[in-house]
Amino acid sequence: MIEIIVFSLIGIGIFFSVLRMIIGPEVTDRIVSLDTMNVMITGIIVLLSHIFKNEIYLDIAIVYGVLSFLETVVLSRYLEAKK
Amino acid sequence: MKVIGDVLIIIGGIFYLLGGLGIFRMPDVFNRIQAGTKATTLGAFSLILGVGFLNPSWFLKSLILVVFMTITNPVGSSVLARASYLHGARIAKLQKDDLKGLYEKEEMSQDD
Repeated sequence: MIEIIVFSLIGIGIFFSVLRMIIGPEVTDRIVSLDTMNVMITGIIVLLSHIFKNEIYLDIAIVYGVLSFLETVVLSRYLEAKK
Repeated sequence: MKVIGDVLIIIGGIFYLLGGLGIFRMPDVFNRIQAGTKATTLGAFSLILGVGFLNPSWFLKSLILVVFMTITNPVGSSVLARASYLHGARIAKLQKDDLKGLYEKEEMSQDD
């Protein structure tokens, strides 16, 4: 029961973030909303690990966190050099 | 132990919702970075630690994940703020720009 409530809360958060990504006036707004959405998806993977009682999902969450951090840094540096 | 884990998980979900709402509601890019990244960092901290409390044999791995996210999220937010300032983002209700002319000087000193 508690897992369903938490999944709905995170789902509403991801919905608002996707809405900002669609209507965002500049490109930096879209990158900010992508960064927030990546952290939320990491939380969802950790919660799936608790529901399925399987420890391997925590490793997937760690790898996803590393890749999302690299993605944010690379996009920001590209945008900074492009002017 | 189970009660602590459930309460932490619900706090994490509420902070995720607040982060998404802040991303949607705030007026310009820098306010969005503040609202989204800070609320989401606390949400991830609480939720992952809550899952670690619910399953005590995974506590070490979830602690590693918490430490990793606590280090990388502010770094990503700072890099994002610098990039959006240099890209020339619009700032709402700006009266005085303290950083004006600072980065051009840096680039000229790099050219020498």
